[in-house]
Amino acid sequence: MTEAPLLRVRGLSHAYGSRIACSAVDVEVWPGEVLAIVGESGSGKSTLLNCISGRMRPGAGEVVYRAKDGREVDLWQASDAQRRLLARTELGMVHQNPRDGLRLGVSAGGNVGERLMAVGARNYGAIRATAAEWLARVEIDVGRIDDLPRTFSGGMQQRLQIARVLVSRPRLVFLDEPTGGLDVSVQARLLDLLRSLSRDLGLAAIIVTHDLAVARLLAHRICVMRGGEVVEDGLTDRVLDDPRHPYTQLLVSSVLPP
Amino acid sequence: MYVAVKGGERAIDASLEMLARERRGDTSVPELSIEQIEQQMSLAVDRVMAEGSLRDRKLAALAIKQARGDLVEAIFLLRAYRTTLPRFGFSEPVDTAAMQVSRRISAAFKDVPGGQLLGPTFDYTHRLLDFGLMTAAPRPGVSSAPMPGAAAGPEQPPMPHVSDILGHDGLIEAEPSHGAEPGDITRDPPSFPVDRSTRLQALSRGDEGFLLALGYSTQRGYGNNHPFAGEIRFGEVAIAFVPPELGFEVEIGDVELTECQMINQFRGRGDEPPRFTRGYGLVFGHGERKAMAMALVDRALRARELGEEPGSPAQDEEFVLSHADNVDASGFVQHLKLPHYVDFQAELLAVRDLREKAKVRGAGE
Amino acid sequence: MTTATAPAGYNFAYLDEGTKRMIRRAILKAIAIPGYQVPFGSREMPLAYGWGTGGMQVTAAVIGASDRLKVIDQGADDTTNAVSIRRFFARTAGVATTERTAEATIIQTRHRIPERPLREGQVLVYQVPMPEPLRFIEPRESETRKMHALVEYGAMHVRLYEDIAAHGRITTAYGYPVLVNGRYVMSPSPIPKFDNPKMDMMPALQLFGAGREKRIYAVPPYTPVRSLDFDDHPFAIERSDQPCALCGSTDTYLDEVVVDDQGGRVFVCSDSDHCGERQEAGRAAPARA
Repeated sequence: MTEAPLLRVRGLSHAYGSRIACSAVDVEVWPGEVLAIVGESGSGKSTLLNCISGRMRPGAGEVVYRAKDGREVDLWQASDAQRRLLARTELGMVHQNPRDGLRLGVSAGGNVGERLMAVGARNYGAIRATAAEWLARVEIDVGRIDDLPRTFSGGMQQRLQIARVLVSRPRLVFLDEPTGGLDVSVQARLLDLLRSLSRDLGLAAIIVTHDLAVARLLAHRICVMRGGEVVEDGLTDRVLDDPRHPYTQLLVSSVLPP
Repeated sequence: MYVAVKGGERAIDASLEMLARERRGDTSVPELSIEQIEQQMSLAVDRVMAEGSLRDRKLAALAIKQARGDLVEAIFLLRAYRTTLPRFGFSEPVDTAAMQVSRRISAAFKDVPGGQLLGPTFDYTHRLLDFGLMTAAPRPGVSSAPMPGAAAGPEQPPMPHVSDILGHDGLIEAEPSHGAEPGDITRDPPSFPVDRSTRLQALSRGDEGFLLALGYSTQRGYGNNHPFAGEIRFGEVAIAFVPPELGFEVEIGDVELTECQMINQFRGRGDEPPRFTRGYGLVFGHGERKAMAMALVDRALRARELGEEPGSPAQDEEFVLSHADNVDASGFVQHLKLPHYVDFQAELLAVRDLREKAKVRGAGE
Repeated sequence: MTTATAPAGYNFAYLDEGTKRMIRRAILKAIAIPGYQVPFGSREMPLAYGWGTGGMQVTAAVIGASDRLKVIDQGADDTTNAVSIRRFFARTAGVATTERTAEATIIQTRHRIPERPLREGQVLVYQVPMPEPLRFIEPRESETRKMHALVEYGAMHVRLYEDIAAHGRITTAYGYPVLVNGRYVMSPSPIPKFDNPKMDMMPALQLFGAGREKRIYAVPPYTPVRSLDFDDHPFAIERSDQPCALCGSTDTYLDEVVVDDQGGRVFVCSDSDHCGERQEAGRAAPARA
């Protein structure tokens, strides 16, 4: 591939006091590619996600994002203003708990329309129509556009969160355990949705998960983390079918067959 | 025919006259003197000085008299007066370790260098109304001679702070010192997040009731920091000032202060072994309840810098400091008494309009 | 007319010169950045916080011996708070006071803009309880400061969107947020939205003082001020369908006065000076059937 990566992470390290969370991590994501970062709890994957999504400043290393206009932005050298602007437009974050990523006191339509209004949309009718379109895309009944998220089920809240993020057509989305806390059938539906959205929109995504099945279904490539380090990475099918690192082998073999 | 109501000025004058009469009350009863308030309601005077941020017993007593005993109103009077006073500069930091103590206790140790001095306090009274106080007859056992200067006597033994004793062995954190000049919250508006010096200034003049409730909440689990009363001391400290013309320190007087040092939950950080942490309270006059509450809240507000996850109201800096000042709070709460009929009118119009529309929609269905 | 002097023991207009200088510096900053809230070291005044101390500090900092001061509350000169503040300045500055908008050089106001258009050279000082227009969306000042600095006003429009979704229209009736000079979102103070259009390109200087919250902001003369709205739900003011019972006006803001316990009401101009002027000019109330 001659195209430059969308996101380039080099030597990323972070520690909480004396406890090392991430150590010299290198990661790359290309446009339209879905990368899964897999590991058990304590592996450092959440810390990594927070640092590369612009939410937490890493102790060391660089995170370089290639913006829509072709410029390379070193996320942590950029100003607060630039980072926050990117976070609202070209990047997106889907939180594990949808309540962290939604305005619970604002209607579904308002939640989805916010990013549009944040960048200057000023026609109520048009904002509402776009919000309705996105609700339909994430399979939420459009009749619920004026309902508050607290009246939605967990799965619906998660889909609403996704719509809220995708409305600004971000080029890179970060997802933190997107199926956590949802029951199995709801998970399956959400994964199907994510897969078709990423395909239809040419979205690049970085998904943090402990669930190999999620990685298998959604990701083109996979990174396995343990103790703050990347122990193995490569194409998903290759890593899961032919794990080379002993830890990856352990992880794969401990997953119960369906 | 409606005639617009006039006469606001006359109404105000009449109100002020009535107020003056109410303040004096029954003229057959002797008028309160400033000295009586200063002497016999000294704790009220202390509170007004502490929250009024002005150390002047006579003025505080005057404010209490003028405010008819409403201490928040008296505090406001003192603050408004404070605004007009010229400022010569800042005193040297006071040395509370050299305090001439009237009272000094520690709950952390059975005995401490310098001793536990009970001093004058309600703590050992039984709360039984003393009907003997209903008349002004002289009381046996209460001498009319002036109180000796300090409970510790003229030759007070050294009384190092209990926390300094712990500090020698490294058992308690050192008071973090940044060496920077503290800001003045009465001059520069605070901008969140603020530093500890700003917080302590705001807490020292903060409303006793509000801080008491917040301190209490930490003890009941809303951000518990396992406090022990390391030391509470009350007495006189000397105030020193360096006049620019002289270039050396001159003692300009004494003030009474109450100081509370709490010893709190120990913490280890990284490679550092655990040590106890601190909370601090300081007020003008004799105000143990306030100084203790202040120390609890100070410690709670240090949550983030000590690596604790803030989650309870007492740990929320913006919440606590924005609402601690009773002059601010009283003004804004009571401002609702001011006419708001123009805005209310606008709301009436809006509500009527919405109800009309709802009716029309209902009829159309 | 006597020369304005202060009573013994007090400086002219109560505040010491150092404080006035500090406030004027804040005012200059505010004028240089229209709509931006400048923090200032607000002092305790002899009136309670919430009762106009911010407005008073601004007035005290700009008033001079030759000024003529008008003070109104709810549009009227005779309401108790207006009387109290006017007396304060008469006593501490000895300046001339007036009830006529046309004759005033400084007008301190609470909750209304005078009906009579103001001229160049006049100063309108607004009393502001809550300067932060984003406060009810975001309680933390540390966050709202960033939102203003980074032009993050999406949440403000979400609020308006919600109103339309719930009620079919924007229901904010007073303190309606405005965009000043195309940059800062500002609270115009709790004036009824009826008054918002007067702020746009006003020839007079508009100063806003919030004492308790310790902020000063300003709109310089001839500055564009636009009430926030949507293209397809444009900002509009409502007029009462009744004329003023005293002067017959149909284009001023009216107070509703309850006159008996049977629900009887009359409507009169909130701006007492304007109403008085119209009455003087001989425009009688329409004859009743």
